[in-house]
This record gives sequence, C-alpha cells and structure tokens, in this order.
Amino acid sequence: MSEPRSTSYGEAIRLGFEYLMSTNPKVFAIGQGLWSPWYVGSSMTDLDRKFGRERVIDTPVSELACTAAAIGASLCGYRPIVVHPRMDFMLLAVDPIVNQAAKWSHMLGGRVAPALTVRAIVNRGGEQGAQHSQSLHAWFAHVPGLRVVMPSTARDARDLLIASVLCDDPVLYIDDRWLYERSEPLQDVRERDLRSEGCVRRRVGGDITLVGASYSAYLCEQAAEQLAPLGVDCDVIDARVINPLDEATILESCSRTRALCVVDGGWRAAGFASEVLAVVAEQLGPSALRAAPLRITLPSAPAPTSRALEQSYYPTAETVVRAVAKQLGVGVAA
Amino acid sequence: MTALRGSELGSLADPAELSGALDLRREPPLRLLRFLRDMLRIRIVEEVVAEWVERGLARAPCHLGIGQEAIAVGVSAQLEPRDRVFGGHRSHAHFLALGGDVYGLLAEVLGRHDGVSRGMGGSMHLVDRAVGFHGSVPLVGATIPIAVGAGLAAKMDGEGAVAVSYFGDGASEEGVLHESLNLAATFDVPVVFVCENNLYSSHLDIAQRQPSDRVARFGEAHRIPSVSVDGNDVLAVARAAQPLIARARAGEGAALIEAVTYRHRGHVGPNEDVDVGLRRSLEELAAWKRRDPIRRLVDAMLAASLITPAAFKAHERAQRIEIAALAQRAEAAPFPPQSALLDYVFAGAAR
Repeated sequence: MSEPRSTSYGEAIRLGFEYLMSTNPKVFAIGQGLWSPWYVGSSMTDLDRKFGRERVIDTPVSELACTAAAIGASLCGYRPIVVHPRMDFMLLAVDPIVNQAAKWSHMLGGRVAPALTVRAIVNRGGEQGAQHSQSLHAWFAHVPGLRVVMPSTARDARDLLIASVLCDDPVLYIDDRWLYERSEPLQDVRERDLRSEGCVRRRVGGDITLVGASYSAYLCEQAAEQLAPLGVDCDVIDARVINPLDEATILESCSRTRALCVVDGGWRAAGFASEVLAVVAEQLGPSALRAAPLRITLPSAPAPTSRALEQSYYPTAETVVRAVAKQLGVGVAA
Repeated sequence: MTALRGSELGSLADPAELSGALDLRREPPLRLLRFLRDMLRIRIVEEVVAEWVERGLARAPCHLGIGQEAIAVGVSAQLEPRDRVFGGHRSHAHFLALGGDVYGLLAEVLGRHDGVSRGMGGSMHLVDRAVGFHGSVPLVGATIPIAVGAGLAAKMDGEGAVAVSYFGDGASEEGVLHESLNLAATFDVPVVFVCENNLYSSHLDIAQRQPSDRVARFGEAHRIPSVSVDGNDVLAVARAAQPLIARARAGEGAALIEAVTYRHRGHVGPNEDVDVGLRRSLEELAAWKRRDPIRRLVDAMLAASLITPAAFKAHERAQRIEIAALAQRAEAAPFPPQSALLDYVFAGAAR
C-alpha cells in the first residue's frame, strides 16, 4: 500500500462531511454560506452538488432560528450539523445552544436527546476586528450537557467531526481557519465514540507540560520544538475535548513534569487556561509544581483591527518559548 | 365592558360579545362529547394542580390555562401521534389534549420520578412522545423555531406529518418569531403556529405592548395563511385548524392560527391576579368567565338535547373521581433518586 497523500485540515473537515452524508441519510448541514467558499473556505466545497441542496441547506440570515430548527430536527431522528461561519455571529443563537440543546435531556428526564452538532468557525486576523475574531469556547465549556470539541490536526478535524455527529449529545465543534492549511496523511476513517475521546499527548517530555486546544495546541507543538534545543523537553497535551475535560491525562503529565503552561486562544478571565490551572492546583495540591504555572492568553481587550496592534494581540510560538524559558530560568535570545 | 383601545380584534377580544351557546351546526354528537370530555379533563386536572399549589405540595411554578381549554382541544382534533407538538410554560392543556398521560403529568408537577419527565421537569417541562408531544419549556418563544425544525424533519421524511408550535401573545414580541415565520415560509415547512392570545403577558396587557392586539398580522407579513378565531369556541378553533393543518399535511406549507382567549387565573399560580396590570379587573374577569369555553359547549349541547343536565353532572363527577385517584397516587410516588442529578446530563439513560 502506498503512503496516503497529505490532507489539509480544511479538506479533512470536508471529508468528514462527505463520510457522514454518504453513510448516514439522516445527516444534513444547515447554515449561512454553505454554498459559498467565501464563508466556509475549503471545508465544504461542492458538498451541495454532491449531496443536494436539500441536505446542504444555505439559509436566511437567522442564526437563532436555524440553530433551534436543527434541535427540532434532531428530536425527530435527524443528525443535523449547524454551521456558523463565525463564532461571533453564533452568539445570536446562544439560547438554543445553552438553554435548549444542552438542557433538554436533563429537564425532560432523559426522554429526548438533542443530537445536533453546532459547528463554529474561528475566523480571525486580517484586520477583521472585534466582532469577527472571537474564540469563546470557554463560555460554552462552562455548560453541563454540551460537549465542546476543538480539533488541532487534520485527522481530528475529520474524525472528531464524525464522532460529534454520531454522538447522541449536543456537541459544539469548533474549528479554526488558521489551521486549514495544516496537513498530514490520513488513514481511513475509523468511527470513534466521542464519549471516550479525551486529551492526546502530542510530544513526550519531562520538563514542563504544555496544554492547548485547537490552534493553541499547534502553538504548543511548535514551541516545544523550539524549546528542545534549549534543553527543555516539553510534554505537549492537546486537550481536543474541553468539556467534559479529560483531567486525568493533564494531571498525570503535571505530576511528572511539575511545571505547567497553558496556551489559550481565549481571554484570561474565567477562561479555559484558568480551568486547567484550577484543576491542577486542586487535584495535585500546593506543592505539586516547582514553578508558578503560566497562562498564555489574549490580552484583556477586544480584537483590534489595525495590523500594528493585531500583531502583538495574538500569541505565537515565540511568545510561548519566551515565557516558558523565563519561567524555567533557561537562556533564550531576546 | 369595552374592547381594548385600538383593538383590531374587535369582538374576539371583547368579553361582552361571543358569550352565548356555541353554534353546533351539524357536528357529530360523538365529536362534541369528546370535546366536552377533553376540555373537562384539562379543567379538572388544572384545578387539582391549583389546589396543590395552594397546599404547598406543588412548588415548581405552575402556569394554569383554566379558561383556555378550547384551543388545544380544537387543534388536537386534527392531529395524529406522528405529528410533532411543542409548547411553552403554560402547556398542561397542549399535553393533555393530545391524550398525554394524566398520571404522568400529575406526578411530574409534583416532581416525582414517575412523572413524564421522570420528575426532572415539573409543570414547565413536559414530554410524551408517544402521543406526539415532543416538549414544552418555559423560555418564551424558545420552542417556536424548534417546532419549525421538527416540521422540516417531517418535510424531509415526506410522510405527511406536521409540526405544531403553541405560543402566547407575549412570545410574538420575541424576534425569534420573525425568524421562525420567515424560515417556515421560505422553506415551505409543514408547521402550524398556534398563538393563544390571552391578551396578557404576565401582568401587562397587549395594548401596552403592541400597536395592535392582532397577532395574526405577523403571519400575514410572512405570506403565511393566518386566521384569528374565538379561542373560547372549541368548534371555531377546530373548524379553523382543520383546513390549515390539512394543507400543511399535503405539503402546502405553514399556517398561523391566532386563538383569542383569556386565562381565569394569574400568570403563575392559582390566584386570579386582578391586582396586577392596568386593565385586568374583577369585572373583566367576570365578563370573560361568562365566555367560558366549557359552559358554552355544555349550554349548546343541553339546548340541542345532546346531553341532559343529569348526564353531564354524572360525567363530570366520574372524571373528578378518576383524576382524584390519580392525584392521590402521584402524591405517594417517590422523588427521583440522587443519582438522577447527573444521570440525565448526557444521553445514555433509558429513553
């Protein structure tokens, strides 16, 4: 067998849709811009032609009604995927996600299962500004009953999308346009049970644990590569599913490395990074770490438009390298 | 009693009008008896719930629809178990009119594990999929688009099922109604929107909230066939619903029924709440009680000699005894076990 060709993250999402729609007639996609590459990049190209516009539904500008409609369809046996080309605009649909999808199973004693997947795309940079940039995963990870999935690799982009849609629970699947060109060879699809998917160790090291999700996990991997020649071996944990969070993998790593840095594409206050730090502090106790834990997050400001400000707004691998080196007292070129 | 200022609904919203016996036309007697039985059952169940609230047995908020029974009964006469019905905070009638389990409802109101939602929901969170009741939740307007999605699923199935969304006049002030009507109209979704316009949202009457009291205008604005009917006339509701639901079933798209009515009790709980809002008064309440949907049907059936006063009394008494027994059983039912707190967060427990 020849080595499978390299597939990009964006293309992998499309393959996930293709697999789902080919193998399950109850799967459909609904959202704004699904017939247009302008909204969803390479991630849904030609799906409407292949599966028909009754199953790949481009909609009126109605985030709220379309998301809630997907709940209604899921209660009647369908497996809808609602697509929000920008997470910022998805905020118009918070009621169906937080008050409805996440709570119906509990409120109705398990008699119903809103098995829908809400796909939110993080699409930032390029001077798009504060309402076209947000990563609000932490808001949603706060909510019991809602699984929050954040793939960082092409394989996860495809396979976790499939697992999300096959899961009986409501899932918020968040993908990041900054990862769309990240590529790797893909094996054939193997269906997974989302309930058993947790953190994955992307790199083994004993000096510090780096934790991230989605693009931040990619930053952790890049930073780890740059830190290795400086003598810092990083244990890189890709969180993948941030609610419910697989705490055990993170705790095991931290108890070994006794140092922690969390990289998060969201804000600091009450964020995902805060949650990881809290779990480690709570579970491992006050003397578990040999250096104060680090949070690398966005500055506490909305995303700026000007490129001069935008450049310093988003953390890079270098940001992570400098912070970790400083914390561990390792020399690094300024 | 005068109609609301600026009322476009006219006599529909004026309790001095439309208080006489119903026009039975040639309705089959069996159908009339069924309507009477169903409305009475809802009334009696809600009276039991009211008493439970007064006694402190039912503590979750209970929104009673006493006085509004004709709407759910008239609409449900056109529905089948494969249809998909959604309600809101005041949905005991929607649930019961479909034949929803009376004991399950009563146990649920008391938060008992035997309840239709296993005691996890109480009065405001009901479900009974076997009869087509797919869920009611109290967030105003929330189930309107969910019903549209259930209708979209019915359209994809292509087997002629329809969805029904019950909501009140208050929900017609939520932006989601506009999105939902537009989506339903644009995609030809088989969903029937049923607005129970009881002229009050909590304490505020509609004249203080909208420039017109006629909610059907929102459907018309979205090119959806829309009618306003006397919601205290079960026959008028059934006659209005029949062609609109049949039309949706035949793939001809959405419809809206505005049924004008009045609740005898307050927004929440058993009291009459004549001390809130500007217009709600003892006089207004008394006038609307003369337009009671059950009494009007009974009067017409008595006048047409379809029942006798004695037979009606006996029937009512039999229902009261039956429901009291179920209520007693519910009072003795167990609460959910502690494990239920986490068991239903995600799917997996038996459905």
